[in-house]
Amino acid sequence: MKATTDEPDQTIQQPSGERMVELYRIMVLSRYLDERVWLLNRQGKAAIAASAQGHEAAQVACVEATDPSKDHYLTYYRQFTAMIALNTEPEEMLRGFLAKADDPMSAARQFPLHGAHPRVDLFNFSNVIATQLPQAAGVALADKLRGLDAVTVVFFGDGASSQGDTHEAMNFAGIHKLPVVFFCENNRYAISVPLDKQMGIESIATRAASYGFPGVQVDGTDIVAVYEATSAAVKRARAGQGPTLIEASVERLLPHTTDDDHTRYRSAEDIAQMPERDPIRIVSAMLRRRNLLSESQDEAIHNSAKERVNVATDIVDAEPYPGVETMFDHTDVAPRGRN
Amino acid sequence: MAEQTVIESVRNTVQEEMRRDDSVIFLGEDIGARGGVFLASDGFVEEFGASRVIDTPLAESSICGVALGAAVNGMRPIAEIQFADFVWPAINQIVGEASKVRYGTYGVKNAPMTIRVPYGGGVRGGLYHSQSIEVLFAHTPGLSVVAPATPYDMKGLLASAIRSDDPVIVLEHKRTYRLVKGEVPSDEYTIPIGKAEIKRPGTDMTVVTYGLMLHYALQAAELAADSGIDVEVLDLRTLRPIDADSIAESVSRTGKVLIVQEDTPAVSISSEVSAIIGERCFFDLDGPITRLAPPEIPPMPFSPIQEAAFMPSSETIFQAITKLAEI
Repeated sequence: MKATTDEPDQTIQQPSGERMVELYRIMVLSRYLDERVWLLNRQGKAAIAASAQGHEAAQVACVEATDPSKDHYLTYYRQFTAMIALNTEPEEMLRGFLAKADDPMSAARQFPLHGAHPRVDLFNFSNVIATQLPQAAGVALADKLRGLDAVTVVFFGDGASSQGDTHEAMNFAGIHKLPVVFFCENNRYAISVPLDKQMGIESIATRAASYGFPGVQVDGTDIVAVYEATSAAVKRARAGQGPTLIEASVERLLPHTTDDDHTRYRSAEDIAQMPERDPIRIVSAMLRRRNLLSESQDEAIHNSAKERVNVATDIVDAEPYPGVETMFDHTDVAPRGRN
Repeated sequence: MAEQTVIESVRNTVQEEMRRDDSVIFLGEDIGARGGVFLASDGFVEEFGASRVIDTPLAESSICGVALGAAVNGMRPIAEIQFADFVWPAINQIVGEASKVRYGTYGVKNAPMTIRVPYGGGVRGGLYHSQSIEVLFAHTPGLSVVAPATPYDMKGLLASAIRSDDPVIVLEHKRTYRLVKGEVPSDEYTIPIGKAEIKRPGTDMTVVTYGLMLHYALQAAELAADSGIDVEVLDLRTLRPIDADSIAESVSRTGKVLIVQEDTPAVSISSEVSAIIGERCFFDLDGPITRLAPPEIPPMPFSPIQEAAFMPSSETIFQAITKLAEI
């Protein structure tokens, strides 16, 4: 971990061994669900998917450092693992991907993983990149005005870092010392455009200095490092000390979406090195090294995740699609009428 | 009851709503110590404090994006866009985001936010302090758009906007701010969004209009009365949802319609009003649906001569009324 402005907070505890295994279990479940969704896409059942494969450790460890009972989460389209970590059931997510009537996020109005979570304060209004960042500043402003100690975590990618909204949001959050954690999952590609065509600097985290708050770069495959960095950011935010920008370096193991082909723009060498940066492998090896996970336990985690996804797929596949009538719900428009 | 200008009505209404409800906050450029460039927030930072009256950086997208975030987290923000011409950087947060919150979350979230937008010309504002920007918002499902033209309507519709559970654009015509005065009751009241009002009853034709043009149309109707033409003037007041019933009722009764607007005519409010009349009043019409609007050039020249030529006036409205009456 490299802190660009602040030193790491030494008072932050690592997650317990038991919690680390649980985080790994969530990562594996996310991976199988993610793979299943791509399969469902190839079967013509899921219209579109963006993968979190490669991002799992960063997302799960970030969420672990927060308090879902009071914190807010503004996500983007790749937040598979964060959503599972926030107690979203595989069935609920599959309902979104298959556009089923009971999709809890948007009742099949929006792309998968978009809309609002019915239980946790997690929402993702839009496909337009970086719009969630000013919104996150506003959510945090509302908490600050009421003296609440909730933290707002806003997820975005390296692509979003180029948007004007990102600058405006960080500027505003810095001025008002808002309790926001800006969590950037830097996978080095904005669809096909590599970092060196997105920015003239090495690290997105360094930008935090221009807004007056700390920026931290972490290895996004390291759940301990991400947890520690996020915990420090959350602690700062709750203490009224303002925002933190965390840049978690991750690998995007699959193309941008099911409609993309990354062999058109990633070199053979780049693609060949990807498995080395697979967080499932890295976290599994780390847990083994620390004697927190045996081979048979690891296998059981994989088998159980596979089975969980199979069960969820069967359930959701058999569920109905929404009827035409419900497309008018929550509007003033009479079905098939005009306002 | 006291006589107020439109801008005084804006200020007093926001003040009343902020006193009524602690969740109402006000964000915008120069709204703190300066009191707003039009003095819409004169004295607010002293009364409500800098935490509720937030001087923002000069960045319209985040003014609206922050307001949206605060709105979905329990506040009722009022965002002031200093001039309508500067709203374009915020379009994504308004049209792209805020309008779709309730629909896109299947009602789990909603955005009770008000965006106040001083708009319109006749103030020597040139191309970037004169624009009429209503069409894009009025086109967008999920938004409401009001354009109150009198101090009385401003209070009632602005209060409705602030109390609405969904985003409302409040268009405030800059030329009316100090030009138009009227009685405003001190008691609390609201005017429902979506209701037009007949500002002058008449029998020979209907003039449908809104904003500054309402006042010019009323002057023109007086001129017409002197010529024996009895003109009804219908003030739309709300542009979305547009009050199709009131339009159809009036036009069906008078049989003739002139639609007057300050915005350029292609794909505009007058286009929509024309379509409504075509659909609903066809067999009651005694003449063609007519429109009076500026030419299709970028609004509007800084030159006072060209500005005056660009905008409809009571004289050009009167001429259009006379011409339609002769058909």
